[in-house]
Amino acid sequence: MKLGVSVVAFLPGLACLSLMAGAAPCSAQINIHVHTATGPAESHIGNLTGHSEAGKQLYRRFCIGCHGPNGDGKGENAPYLADGIQPRDFTVGLFKCRSTVSGSLPLDSDLFDTVGRGLVTTGMPSWGPLTDQDRADLVAFIKTFSPRFEEEKPEKPIPNPAESADTPESQKRGEELYQKTLKCFECHGKSGRGDGPSAPTLRDNKGNPIPPYDFTTGSRFKCGATNADLYRIFMTGLDGTPMPAWSDWVSPDQGWDLVHYLRTLQVNYKTGKSKTAPQSREKSKENTAKLK
Amino acid sequence: MFLRTSFLRLFAGARHATRSSRWSTLAKAIAGAAVFFGAMQPLYALPVQKVLAIPAFARKYGLPCSACHTAWPELNNFGQVFRDNGYQLMNDRDSPIYQNPTYFPITFRITPNWHLESTTHQPVDSIPGGGGASISQDKTVTTHGFDLSGLDIWTAGTLFKNVSFSVLPSANSAGAFHFENAYVRFDNLGGSRWLNLKFGKFELDNLISEKRFLFLSANGGLYQTYHFVPLGDSTGFGVGDNQIGVELMGHSAKSYTRYSVALLSSNEGQVGLPSSRTYDSYLTFSQAFQVSSLGLQRFGAFAYIGERPTVTQTSSASGTPAPIAGAATGNKPFYRVGFAGDLYALRGKWEFLPYYVHGYDNAFLGTKTAANMTLPPGTHAPVWNGGFLESHYYVSPQFVLTGRYEIIRMAQQALDTNPGNLGDIDAYSFGYRWYPFMYSRAGLAFHNEYSMARSRGTAPLSGDGVGAAFSPSSGVWSRSLLIGFDFDF
Repeated sequence: MKLGVSVVAFLPGLACLSLMAGAAPCSAQINIHVHTATGPAESHIGNLTGHSEAGKQLYRRFCIGCHGPNGDGKGENAPYLADGIQPRDFTVGLFKCRSTVSGSLPLDSDLFDTVGRGLVTTGMPSWGPLTDQDRADLVAFIKTFSPRFEEEKPEKPIPNPAESADTPESQKRGEELYQKTLKCFECHGKSGRGDGPSAPTLRDNKGNPIPPYDFTTGSRFKCGATNADLYRIFMTGLDGTPMPAWSDWVSPDQGWDLVHYLRTLQVNYKTGKSKTAPQSREKSKENTAKLK
Repeated sequence: MFLRTSFLRLFAGARHATRSSRWSTLAKAIAGAAVFFGAMQPLYALPVQKVLAIPAFARKYGLPCSACHTAWPELNNFGQVFRDNGYQLMNDRDSPIYQNPTYFPITFRITPNWHLESTTHQPVDSIPGGGGASISQDKTVTTHGFDLSGLDIWTAGTLFKNVSFSVLPSANSAGAFHFENAYVRFDNLGGSRWLNLKFGKFELDNLISEKRFLFLSANGGLYQTYHFVPLGDSTGFGVGDNQIGVELMGHSAKSYTRYSVALLSSNEGQVGLPSSRTYDSYLTFSQAFQVSSLGLQRFGAFAYIGERPTVTQTSSASGTPAPIAGAATGNKPFYRVGFAGDLYALRGKWEFLPYYVHGYDNAFLGTKTAANMTLPPGTHAPVWNGGFLESHYYVSPQFVLTGRYEIIRMAQQALDTNPGNLGDIDAYSFGYRWYPFMYSRAGLAFHNEYSMARSRGTAPLSGDGVGAAFSPSSGVWSRSLLIGFDFDF
């Protein structure tokens, strides 16, 4: 058989492709339609500049299944995610993991870290295997779903003071805060298992049930793995969830006391040692330190 | 998440005929070797590899195929990290205790297709049936029609946190099953991702996986360099074939750095310890670099070092010499060493896969001579070099263009009387795959591919043709055209 004949025979395949492309229902081609609320955007993380146009392609590849083509968290897999925790609705412009005060937009680096770290115990995996540039591009694109990023600027990050000594006294004071003063137990439960009396009633900003974090099983926290991450979660709260920001109510020392107490609720806690898994510690370093 | 299946099985029968004819050369002159090769022959009659594939993980984690695959079944770096972590996203929800009890991690993959095969310089009887005045004529043999690929039924996942598994019963197109892989893996031993232990039958840790590549046709659906052995050589080893043994591997957080060390039984991945008592080893290392304007660039090196027996012990207790399985002796060495890369340009849209291998087989293996016999005069250890350059252009996550050029050149023939280019191969493939939808529940690809390979003095590795070249010095062109629907669910 001559080469020419074979190549000609290749053409029927191309013809079939054309026919199928025309016949395939548009609704089936989930990658085609991505709707944003704003024009192109950029992100700035350290020396990196992300571009939303590049991020759009990545969003279609990695994110659209859960967060949906409109960024509203209504992807095809949203109904099936573990524990019913729904994907973030980017159109609202509310984000759990921030270094800024409650209600503020997050910094680009906050979103960058979240993409790289993932949200443990939820369907959001760590996208750390993506390149830093890809993650920066994704952040730029995510911002195009909400007009807030065009209309507002993020507030300055809250201070994250040096950690106080992790002592039995500090843990005792933290316990007082948890069990009595701040009444954290009402949601997270007396032993931190996420089974407090209010737990069944909790809803996120979309009205979906949302379970309080179970401190006893996880090796990490939703917005990081280190004590500093946990401290920041107290102070900034988790926007879009019932978890409030405590920065106006507790002092930095009290915040660290609470951190030290919560560490005791984790099964493998050893005083004075971070309980983070080796991988978590590395990722935390990777995600937050390297680009600053 | 999707592994790949080569269409090699489709044409397994023809391939076996090719190998059988090779047995009958020098082995007839050496009794011990003849017995040995007779014992080994059933080994080669078994189906070779298969294409594997699975959206089971996509269903488990709710991710689209494109999250883990550049174009399924080929893995991207996110998919590689997931695999290296033992099919875990490491989100504290990997253990099956967190899964819906009705979830079962299983996937089926098959490819209905139409394909055409055409091979030149084939010996065809002038009178069907042969005999009488029939002579052998030099003809081009062409066949075409609708067909099926083999079937993969793949189940894999986690048995517990940091304990993963994979079982892949795979059938050829006639429905004959074998275990393509079956292993358990202990992940992150001692809390370190640098220590992962796999035990069972598995794919070698090749930087460029033949199980996940994007070619399906008879001539394009295999890497020639992964399965090449010189003409008249008794070593059946192919780096593309799954092997049985134990593997220790490790990787960095993003799998930019990876290593693996495997100890493998010298039985070509076949079960039942059919021949050898020796062990092979396979070492790999790769390092990736992030180049922002281009994408991730990975370079790696590998070395496979093994032995194969040349003499089968026999027992004549029943009256005729019968081989004693698994007790062959006269082991002689061989090795394959080389390097590979996975390079990107245009921010990951254009992928290049370079590969180079240097092969060496001991002269006893290269001439099928039993170690207790004397080598024929003018005998050498066969040595060759091979490689390929493959390229993919990702127009979108749903459409990819593919192409590959492959070359094998003999550097030293086993016999002085062999022509210098005997066994040389050139192969070309190009095609495209279109994924009309990309959900996490199932996958479908429209696959169109054209491939051709020229082998000198040998039948094509694809198994096309009648299993022999018309003349030892002729260049045999074999061409494949495939149009099919590759799907899994």
